[in-house]
Amino acid sequence: MAFSLREFWTAVHGMALGFGFILFFTAALALVLTLRPGFLTAQGVRLNVILLKVVGLVIGILSWLAVFVGTYVVYPWYRAAPPAGTTDLTGFPRSRLLANPPVSGWHSFGMEWKEHLGWLVPIIATVAVYLIFRHGEKLVEDRRVNWTLFVILCAAFVLAGIVGTLGAIITKEAPVV
Amino acid sequence: MKNGPSAAAVLAGGIGLAVTGIISSLAEAIAAFGKALVWSKPVGDLSGKTIIGIVVWLVVWLIIGLAWKDREVNFRAVAIISAILLVVGLFFTFPLVFDLLGG
Repeated sequence: MAFSLREFWTAVHGMALGFGFILFFTAALALVLTLRPGFLTAQGVRLNVILLKVVGLVIGILSWLAVFVGTYVVYPWYRAAPPAGTTDLTGFPRSRLLANPPVSGWHSFGMEWKEHLGWLVPIIATVAVYLIFRHGEKLVEDRRVNWTLFVILCAAFVLAGIVGTLGAIITKEAPVV
Repeated sequence: MKNGPSAAAVLAGGIGLAVTGIISSLAEAIAAFGKALVWSKPVGDLSGKTIIGIVVWLVVWLIIGLAWKDREVNFRAVAIISAILLVVGLFFTFPLVFDLLGG
């Protein structure tokens, strides 16, 4: 069992960065939801906020790395045009999908959506990280900011989920090899 | 603690999302614009679209952040406007909208 360079970077993009991002987001959601008056002791709030800052930083960094690796490392391999006369499109996922009408929608709809939607996630995540660091323990009392942070995290989570699901299906149909 | 800087971050984020979405659709609707956004040949116009979106977002954040540095603003209204801007961004990054605008 061996990985090619392209498979390795595709796995880094999707499995390590993308899935890691979603995984840490669930932790962030749980930490934000428990930052409520009366839920935690003062010591519990302090620990919760420290963890939330760590998790926030991780999701912020993972989201940016995921889009940069996806766009500038993996995507060029995906969209590379085959030389004229090429009949074996195995190494050209985009062309391979477009040449096969039953699955061409995974490029014209799936990848087109994924490549743009993916870039919205790090912007949303960065706003969340900023709110976490600026408000810290005050997130317990400031319910409006807490609620906004929760909605922002949910939005990023949903978008990342759509992007990840599309990526998994496209990779299954036409892997970058 | 004034809520202006936090509101500025939320609003600038919404504007960044909307701008990224609108530029993405414009690049499909106007071929010459799309071509002008190819700042990295291997990546295509996605490079220009996203870099513009990010730069606009950061510049807007800086401007609103400075303007609201010491201000208390209506955070609820800002959050609602930002949510609408998120929907605008999502709408214009949806492929069926691309197709419609691109003809």
